[in-house]
Amino acid sequence: MPDSGIGLWGVPLAIFSGAIRNSTPFIFVSLGETLTERSGRINLGQEGTLVMGAMAGFGVSHLTEVYWPSVGTALGPWFGVICAGLAAAVLGVIHAWLCSQPRVNDIAVGIGIMIFGTGLAFYLGKPLVGPTAPQLPAINLGGWSSSEPVRAALRINWLFFIGVAVAPLMAWWFKNTRWGLIVRTVGESTDAARAMGYSVNSVRLYATAAGAFLAGVGGSFLSLYYPGSWNEGLNSGQGLMAVALVIFARWNPIYCVFAALLFGGAKALGPALQSIGVSKGHYLFDATPYILTLLIMIATCSASRNLSGAPGELGKATA
Amino acid sequence: MSELNATRPTLAFRTKRLIPASFIDAMIISFVALVISLALFGLFVMFSGVNPLDVYYWMGRGAFGNSYAWRNTMIHAAPLLLTALCVAVPARVGMMIIGGEGCVLLGGLFAALAAHMLPNAPPLIVQIAMVVVGMTAGGVWIGIAGALRQFRGVNETISSLLMNYIALAILNHCVEGPMHDPTSLNHPSSWPIGAANMFGNIPGTEIHVGLLFGIIACVLCSILMDHSSVGLATRVVGGNVRAARVAGISVAKYSLMACFIGGAAAALTGVVEVAAVHGHANDSLAAGYGYAGILVAFVARQNPLAIIPVAILLGGVGGSGDLLQMQVHLNSASVQVFQGILFLVILGLDTWAGRLHEIRNIWALRIISKYASGGYKKRPALGAANA
Amino acid sequence: MNPTIRTLTRRAACAAVAAIVAVGSFGCDKKEAASSDAAKTLTVGFIYVGTKDDYGYNQAHAGGAAAVKAMPGVNVIEAEKVAETKDAQQSMSTMIEQGGASLIFATSFGYFDPHVKEIALKYPKVTFLHAGGILKDGDPPNIGTYFAYIDELEYLCGMAGASASKTGKLGYIAAKPITPVLRDINAYELGAKSINPKCTLTVIFTGDWFLPNEEANAVTNLADQGIDVVSGHVDSPKVFIQNAEKRGIYCCGYHYNGSTLAPKGYLTGAEWDWGPMYVKFVNDFKAGKPMPHNYMGSLKDGAVKLSPFGPAVPAEAQTKIEAVKALMTAGTFQMFKGPLMDNKGKEVIPAGKAFDDQDPALWGMNYLVEGVVGSTGS
Repeated sequence: MPDSGIGLWGVPLAIFSGAIRNSTPFIFVSLGETLTERSGRINLGQEGTLVMGAMAGFGVSHLTEVYWPSVGTALGPWFGVICAGLAAAVLGVIHAWLCSQPRVNDIAVGIGIMIFGTGLAFYLGKPLVGPTAPQLPAINLGGWSSSEPVRAALRINWLFFIGVAVAPLMAWWFKNTRWGLIVRTVGESTDAARAMGYSVNSVRLYATAAGAFLAGVGGSFLSLYYPGSWNEGLNSGQGLMAVALVIFARWNPIYCVFAALLFGGAKALGPALQSIGVSKGHYLFDATPYILTLLIMIATCSASRNLSGAPGELGKATA
Repeated sequence: MSELNATRPTLAFRTKRLIPASFIDAMIISFVALVISLALFGLFVMFSGVNPLDVYYWMGRGAFGNSYAWRNTMIHAAPLLLTALCVAVPARVGMMIIGGEGCVLLGGLFAALAAHMLPNAPPLIVQIAMVVVGMTAGGVWIGIAGALRQFRGVNETISSLLMNYIALAILNHCVEGPMHDPTSLNHPSSWPIGAANMFGNIPGTEIHVGLLFGIIACVLCSILMDHSSVGLATRVVGGNVRAARVAGISVAKYSLMACFIGGAAAALTGVVEVAAVHGHANDSLAAGYGYAGILVAFVARQNPLAIIPVAILLGGVGGSGDLLQMQVHLNSASVQVFQGILFLVILGLDTWAGRLHEIRNIWALRIISKYASGGYKKRPALGAANA
Repeated sequence: MNPTIRTLTRRAACAAVAAIVAVGSFGCDKKEAASSDAAKTLTVGFIYVGTKDDYGYNQAHAGGAAAVKAMPGVNVIEAEKVAETKDAQQSMSTMIEQGGASLIFATSFGYFDPHVKEIALKYPKVTFLHAGGILKDGDPPNIGTYFAYIDELEYLCGMAGASASKTGKLGYIAAKPITPVLRDINAYELGAKSINPKCTLTVIFTGDWFLPNEEANAVTNLADQGIDVVSGHVDSPKVFIQNAEKRGIYCCGYHYNGSTLAPKGYLTGAEWDWGPMYVKFVNDFKAGKPMPHNYMGSLKDGAVKLSPFGPAVPAEAQTKIEAVKALMTAGTFQMFKGPLMDNKGKEVIPAGKAFDDQDPALWGMNYLVEGVVGSTGS
C-alpha cells in the first residue's frame, strides 16, 4: 500500500507538535499564575477562569462575525481574545476581593472560583455549542517541507508566539520596573511593602486580575484554535496543572515556557501511540501529564528546606 | 502573628482558617450563607428571564415537597455524607484535600476485586471484605497525598486533585483490561460481585444502606474529633504545628491518620455504589460525588455532625435540578452556578467566623439584640476579645 | 458568642427551615390539582446523556423530541446531561412523579442496564422506550427498545472514504469499544475494502463519549500517519470534522449532517432521523398498540439516511455507493459474511455463513476485522 505516513516517527513528531500546540494554554495560565503568586497569593481558580475565557472568547468572536461580517473573520478572534481576558479578569477580581477579607482561606476560594467559573461559563455558553466562530490565524513555518505531517506540525498559532514573547518581557518587568518591584515586595514581605506605603491588598488585586486575564487568553486558545469550538468538555485540568507548573518552574516566567512545552508534549503521548497501533494501556498513557506533574512536584518540593525562589508571603494565612 | 512564623514557609500551605466551627456556629453561618446565595441566585436567574420565586418554589418542591421528593433527596444525600468527610477530617489537621472523587473510584474498583477473590465465601464475609478492602484502598490513596505533604512538602490540594485524574485512568484501564468482564461488552465493567453479595435497602424504605453508613460515619467522626483525646490532638496539630511539636504530639501521625480516615470514608461511597447499586465497577462510579462533597464540607464548616443536615439540604438542591430543568427551563448548568455562588458566599462569611459578637456594629441586629437581651449590654472594646 | 443572640438566631434558623419545608409540602397540593387538569394531554419525557445542542447524538434525539412536541395534545418534558448512573433513575422518577409523564424515552445506551430495567419494575404503568437496549425474555413488559442500523451507512461511508483516499489509510475515532461502535468500525472497514482491498483503518479510542481535546489530538496523530480520511463514533463529531478540515484531510460525518463545518473535506455521513419513528411510537402508544420490541429502523424505513455527497467523492464511486444502498434498502445486502478474519488472525465467521444485518447474533460482536489497526481491550 502506498505509504506516505511516517510510521514510528509519528510519535516524536506528535510530541513535538503537541508540545507546541497543547502548551499554549499552559503558557498563558502559568504566566498569569506566576504574576499572581509573585504577589503572594495563590489562585487555584485558574481552571474556572480558563473555561470562562474560552467561552467569552468564542462568544465574542462568533457575535462579531454575526453583527459585523465585513471584519468578523479577521478581527473577530482577536476581539474574542481580549474579551476572554477581560471576562476572566472579572473572576480574578472576585477571587482577590474574597481573599482580601481577613481570615479567608485562599485555597478554598480558589476551589470556589473553579466551581463558580465553570458553572457560569457552561450556563452562559449554552447557546454557543452549535454555532462556529472565526478562528485564530496560524503561521505556516513548515512551507519548506514536502511532508504534510511536518508542515502541519509547523503550522503554529500566533498566540504561541505571543505567549513565548510575554515570558521574557515579564521576567524583565519583574527585575527592572518599579511596578515589578512593588509586586515582588508585596510577595516577599507584606511588612516591607506596608512600610513603603503600598496597599498590599490593592497590589494583589491587580496582580490577580492581570493573572486571570492571561489565563483567560489561554482559555480562548482552546475555543478559538484547538480544538476550536465551545463545548462543555473543553477543560481537563489544565488550570490546575498550570499552577503546579509554576511551582516546578520556580516562579520564573522563562522556565514556565519550558515546563509548559514539557506538559504539552506529555499530553500528546497517548493518542500518538494509539495512532501507531499501541493501544494497550491507552488510559494510562493518556494520564501521563497528571502523573508527570505529580512526579515533578514530588521531586522538586521539600518539606523543610526552603524552596529558593518561593515568594515569602506565599502560603501565609492572612491574619 | 508574623513573629511566630520565623521559619520561611514551604509550599505546604498550613492553613489555619479551616478550624471547624462548633455545631451551632456552623448551622447559623450555613443558614445565612444559604439565604444570601438564594438571593444572589435569584438575581442571576432574573437576568435569564426566569421568575426567582418560581425557582425557589420548584427547588423547595423538588427537595422536600412530598415523600417522593424526600426519598430523592435522601438518595442524593447519601454519597455526600461520606465524601464530605474526605474534606472535613483532613481539614482538622489543616490540610485541604479534594481527592474524594479518586477514592470513590478506587473504593468501588477494589470492592469488585475483593468480591472476585472470594468466589465461594458466604455473602456476609464477602460484604465485609469489600468494605474493608475498599476503605483501605481509599485511605491509602489519600494517605499518599498526606504523606507527600508531610514528608515532601507537596501541596496536598494539587496532588489530591491530580490523583483524581490518575485514579480515573486506573479505573478505566482495569475495567477495560485486566478486570474486564467479557460479557459486559455494552458497558465495559469489572467482574460482577454476584447478586447474593449485594447490600440491600434500609428496611421499610427504598433507600440503600449507604445512607445509614453515611450517618453513622459522620456521628463517629464527630465523636472522634470533638469528644476524644485523639480529636483534641488533631485540633492542636491543625491549629498550630509548632505548639503540637512542643507538646510532643506527632504531627505526621495525626495528619496521616486524618487523611486515612477521610479517604476511607469517601471510598466507602464507591463500595456502596458497587455493592448496592450497580453490582460491578465501571465508569458510572465517576459521578462527581467527590466534588459535590467538597461543597458540603465547606458549607458545614468542616463539622462532621453539621454535614448531616447540610448534605440533606444540598442533596435536595441537587435533586431538584431535574425539576428546574423541566418546569422552569433553566439549563443543566444552573445548579452548578448556584453551588458556585453558595461556595463563594460561605467562604466570604468565613470572615465572620468566630467574630459574630462583633455584629453589634450592624445596626439592625443591634436592635434585635437589644430586644432579645433586654437592654444593650456593655461589651468589651473591639480588639480585646479578638481571637 | 452571646448566648442570647445564639438562641435567637437559632430559633430564626429553625423557623426558616420549617417554613421552606412547609411551603414545599403545601405547594405540592396546589400544583397537583393543576396537573390533573392537564392529565388529558399526554406527557412524554426525554432524557439525554449530553447536551441537546451537541451537534451530534443527543441533538439527533432532540430533533425527534421536537417532532413529538409538534404533535397536538402532547406535552414534552426533557432533561439533559443526565449521567448513566442512579441519576438517570432519579430523573425518570421525577418526570413520572412530579411531571406526570406516562411515556419516557431514555436515549442513551448506558441507561438500560440496570437503570431502565429497575425503574420499569417500580412503575409498571409507565412505558419506557430505550434506544439501543436489547430486550431478553424475563425483562419487564413495559420496556420497549428500538434503534436503527446505522452500520450499513458506515459501510457506505467506508466506500466513500476508500474512493477519496489517496493513501489507502483511513482513520476512526471512537469512544469506547462497545458492540455498536465495533459494528460501525467493522462495517466501515469492510466497505472500504470493497473498493480497495488493501485499505487499513486505524482506530483511536478516546475513552469516553465526549473528550474534545483527545478527539482533536487523535485527528492530528492520525493525519501524521498519512491517514487522509477520518470518521468517528463519538457523541459530537463537530470536533473531529472541524479539525480534519483544518488539517486538509477528508472526513465522514456521524449522527447529523456536518457538511457545513467542512465544505471541502466532507465526503458523506451517517445520519439519524428519529422524528418519524418517535411520532409513530407516540401514536401507537396513544392507540394502545404494542410497543417496539428490539425494533430496528434501517434505511428502508428512513430511520437513518446518508448525507448528500461532498465535492471530493468521485462520480463513479457515487454510482457504486448508490447501487449498494439500493440493495441495502431492499434488505438483500449482507455485510458480515464468511470467511471473515479478525485482526488477530482468528476466523470469526466461517466460509459459507452470512448474517443479515438484522441478525441478533451480530449483537455479540467483540472483535475488529482484519485490516483494522487497534484492539478492543485495554
